[in-house]
Amino acid sequence: MLKVTSNRDVANEGFNSSVHLKNAAAQGESRNYDDFMIVDVDAHHYETEAFSEIAEYIDDPVLRREAKFQGMARGGIASMDGSYQEMTGRITRYPERRGEKVPPQPHRDITLMYRWMDALRVDVACMFPTPMLNIVTCPRIEVEVALARAYNRWLCDNILESENGRLKSMLYLPFNDPAACIDIVEKFGSRKGVIGFMVVATHYRSVHDNAYMKLYAMLQERNLPLAFHAAYTWSDKQLSLTNRFMAVHALGFTWHNMLHMTNWLVNGMPERFPKLKIIWIESGLAWVPFLMQRLDNEFMMRSSDAPLLKRIPSDYMREMYYTSQPMEMVNNPKALEVTFEMINAKTQLLYSSDYPHWDMDLPSTIYDLPFLDEQAKRDILGGNAQRLFNLETTLAPGKHERRAQRGVKAAAG
Amino acid sequence: MSEQVLVCRSDELKEGAVRLCTIGEVEIGVLRHKGSCVAYRNVCPHQGGPVCEGVRMPQVEDVIDENGLFVCQRFNEDDVHIVCPWHGYEFHIDSGEHVIDPKVKLKKYDVVEREGQIYVAI
Ligand code: FES
Repeated sequence: MLKVTSNRDVANEGFNSSVHLKNAAAQGESRNYDDFMIVDVDAHHYETEAFSEIAEYIDDPVLRREAKFQGMARGGIASMDGSYQEMTGRITRYPERRGEKVPPQPHRDITLMYRWMDALRVDVACMFPTPMLNIVTCPRIEVEVALARAYNRWLCDNILESENGRLKSMLYLPFNDPAACIDIVEKFGSRKGVIGFMVVATHYRSVHDNAYMKLYAMLQERNLPLAFHAAYTWSDKQLSLTNRFMAVHALGFTWHNMLHMTNWLVNGMPERFPKLKIIWIESGLAWVPFLMQRLDNEFMMRSSDAPLLKRIPSDYMREMYYTSQPMEMVNNPKALEVTFEMINAKTQLLYSSDYPHWDMDLPSTIYDLPFLDEQAKRDILGGNAQRLFNLETTLAPGKHERRAQRGVKAAAG
Repeated sequence: MSEQVLVCRSDELKEGAVRLCTIGEVEIGVLRHKGSCVAYRNVCPHQGGPVCEGVRMPQVEDVIDENGLFVCQRFNEDDVHIVCPWHGYEFHIDSGEHVIDPKVKLKKYDVVEREGQIYVAI
């Protein structure tokens, strides 16, 4: 006779990331994720919850006071435009995460990161802030620079230094101030857990501006990848014509990266910095074949517009790296398979969840693809990132425990 | 042949509430909506999220006047959806079908309410 073995009353449970993601943990078990390392190249935390700590790291006392007074949420020190990314309550972790209980140690952000990482079976995650990505659109450049420095120092001191190797970051570069970017690479390039640097794509200075060449040379010399993290801004002149979040997000998160990629290629940056590793984050994948076809076609007719290029643009694009999320996979697996071939996904694609954001992807979005063999799945889920960032093999403690238990069971026969 | 499994007393499942129960290996959400009960497997067909733990939202509608002009938006309270909390896929609460693509649907179970008790048919 069948019986109810557990009975939950959701209304009175309180929010806990591990419970919210328990179905993800079940996926991990059925797919044997314990057998290999999973690296998530784009995940986020809500630094807003620690903003009073971060504000203490702002050097300028006047700005520090302003930051503490205004905060970082909407209407805060750097905000430009409102949005309803959180889907007005539909995605329950947005409103409920603030009430999630954690022990006093380690830092709340470390505990919360570990909880979702363990559920998804992610061993190592590259973490980025959430609202602070938008400081790039702050019209006051000195505010962007001050906040970038404060956040980077806070993150290194309080999270990356005190943690046992599962958390990494590509630190924020205040791209509107090239000299400050250089200074930040110098100061933070060898801090623990720093695996590269990141530019938020919603900026309005061309990536081929001569002011950035020293920065690129430094990154190339240090073998630190440069990532362009997509974003949107409703303050963009064209995108301000949209009226729904889905529109500004679908276009914005691809448009800004397409623009920078095009400038990067047409101005011959891959030939000028051939060893600099470039990563395109959070634009999904569908834009890449589009841009490859578009640029190759025009380049064959107008190669004099991009005289530094020795090969067609798509050849260079195939040598760059792409994070997987949000992978466009609703109903056209053939298109996805072609996309994987076109970007050489087996070596260039890096799994990313973007957790905890509304369009996050689980490892199963990669693992369940029918056209990948086991090795390709494991490479995309971790191996490619491990090679790119030179990461030590790291498995979460939970994976070690479950593997040990399995070994004991197997031995017992 | 299905078997009816006792979930809880009827008065334990108030209007708008959900009760999650594990039967064998399967977690099932029993939801009360407009007096009656529906039951679905607590796994979303998208990426496997705990769909029964999500909020309920009415269909959003754009109101367009007879000249084709946008007037406003409104909720249609006659068409309530279960919203998966992971990414927001919306399913009609009565049928479990995705609001745009009915082929994407929740695994549904029959629910019987008798003598003050709620049973799910497995
Ligand atoms: S898992 Fe349910 S909406 Fe994605």
